[in-house]
Amino acid sequence: MKADPKRVLTGAHYLDGDHAAAEGALAAGCTFVAGYPITPSTEVVERMAERFPRVGGVFIQMEDELGSMAAVVGAAWGGSKAMTVTSGPGFSLMMENIGLACMMEAPCVVVNVQRGGPSTGLPTLPGQADMMQAKWGSHGDYELIALSPNSPQECFWATIKAFNLSERFRVPVLVMMDECVGHMTEKVVIPEADQIELYPRRYTKLSPEEYLPFKTGKDLVPEMIKAGDGYKIHVTGLTHDERGYPVMTWEAQEKLVRRLIEKIRLFKDELVDVEEEQTDNADVVVVSYGISSRVSIPAIQKARKEGIKVGYLRLIIAWPFPEKKIYELAQKIKGFVVVEMNYGQMVLEVERATKGKTKTILVPHGGGWVHEPEDIYKAIKEAAK
Amino acid sequence: MMTEIRISGYGGQGIIRCGYIIGKATSLYDNKYATLTQSFGPEARGSACSAQVLVSEDKILYPYVTLPHILVAMSQEAYTKFSPNLDLNGILIIDDDLVTLQEARGNIKTYAIPSTRLAEEMGAKIVANIVMLGFFTAITGVITPEAAKKAVSDSVPQRLVDLNLRAFEKGFKFGQEVKEVSKVEKV
Repeated sequence: MKADPKRVLTGAHYLDGDHAAAEGALAAGCTFVAGYPITPSTEVVERMAERFPRVGGVFIQMEDELGSMAAVVGAAWGGSKAMTVTSGPGFSLMMENIGLACMMEAPCVVVNVQRGGPSTGLPTLPGQADMMQAKWGSHGDYELIALSPNSPQECFWATIKAFNLSERFRVPVLVMMDECVGHMTEKVVIPEADQIELYPRRYTKLSPEEYLPFKTGKDLVPEMIKAGDGYKIHVTGLTHDERGYPVMTWEAQEKLVRRLIEKIRLFKDELVDVEEEQTDNADVVVVSYGISSRVSIPAIQKARKEGIKVGYLRLIIAWPFPEKKIYELAQKIKGFVVVEMNYGQMVLEVERATKGKTKTILVPHGGGWVHEPEDIYKAIKEAAK
Repeated sequence: MMTEIRISGYGGQGIIRCGYIIGKATSLYDNKYATLTQSFGPEARGSACSAQVLVSEDKILYPYVTLPHILVAMSQEAYTKFSPNLDLNGILIIDDDLVTLQEARGNIKTYAIPSTRLAEEMGAKIVANIVMLGFFTAITGVITPEAAKKAVSDSVPQRLVDLNLRAFEKGFKFGQEVKEVSKVEKV
């Protein structure tokens, strides 16, 4: 399915990452945004509020982030392609209903333009310290998907990809931007609508009599219905059976939770999305994402000039984590250097995935600014020893 | 080569817009790379605010300005705050009705234009930033005037395009004359 030309702002633009993400959402067919504006993500909803009346769609400024996420889950089940947008403090408030979206298998997108934390922290300055929260923030066991773009151009594509993955897997997909990428303005080229492939909603072909809302086939993802078409169904946050009715037994729990996990884990290979450069013969591989990946490159270039073989691996999809990829590299190299704007989050995944085959050095940063390339360079030298 | 530029003044002068147009002219019409970052929060709403533009032939990696080669100052406060951080071989551009210069540093070349007064003479103080943009274009050559005019045209409301282009020309001409004079002075 191709994008609707009416919703695609084809051409070359000079946009910040927030606006580019908004254009990505529109191109992806987003028709509903509920949000509680918060710096540094406000520009996303501002643009949606301005553009929706021209191309079709509803923006609601909600009472808070709990309501925003709840509205998104409802809108998704009501037939909309739905999104909410926030930053750290709001992301925390959305956690309960992100879990609800996982349990109800509501396809939706959550953009988090990360700022410095904890708490209200640094509203106008960057952070990358919500990465573990993205994976583990809601209670209970679940799997979801998170992306991390590193330029306004990629914010456009990442948001489209997020919508597509949310439809394919029926999970909330998180776009984990950072303030630096969200607020930097660069050239963004938006192609013709027919160059943008969209994953259509998985509507059932079964009649209301035959249809069971949580019965699945081989890929473990159930089909949806169009609200208003006469399907009488029940959707709940309680553990439920294929009919959607609550069942309070360990057998129902095992069956449901296992499927929610496996619908992602069994298709992990499909979800590896990394940018990789000169990792083949590398002694050291620098792993990073978002703005930190860009700041890593001058350090990598400097080390290469001195003859150190340095590879570059950027996580575009951070969750699920590409553990197989890391393990393969771990067997061949002297060490990983992980560059992230926090005191150690994705580095824990890298360490886990190496299974002790190589060393891992973290280059941390508390947020509020980007890393100094010199600090990254020093870590590369250390790892190459 | 990377050129680091800081445009500064107080919130409401169109400082960010001026930086935006420089970035847009560069990346959309001069076929180079340009990354714009800007000050947010209280400083962008009244006191000294700034827009930072990196211009380069190559892809821009590190996103922030570290040692600007060009500083445009449209208020005393911005001048005081940002000029100590200007490259000693850099270019300083001021609105000389709004900025009183302190002692010169290093080999910094200073160029002055009463951009706000010139805009007022046009009956539209609001285009002082575009007068400044024209002056900047003539003095620095970082962007071509053709690219700048295209970027101005598609960055302002349709009904104000003509006014803004006139403002640009005014600043650009002023800049060319200033440059001529400084050449003569050297001889």
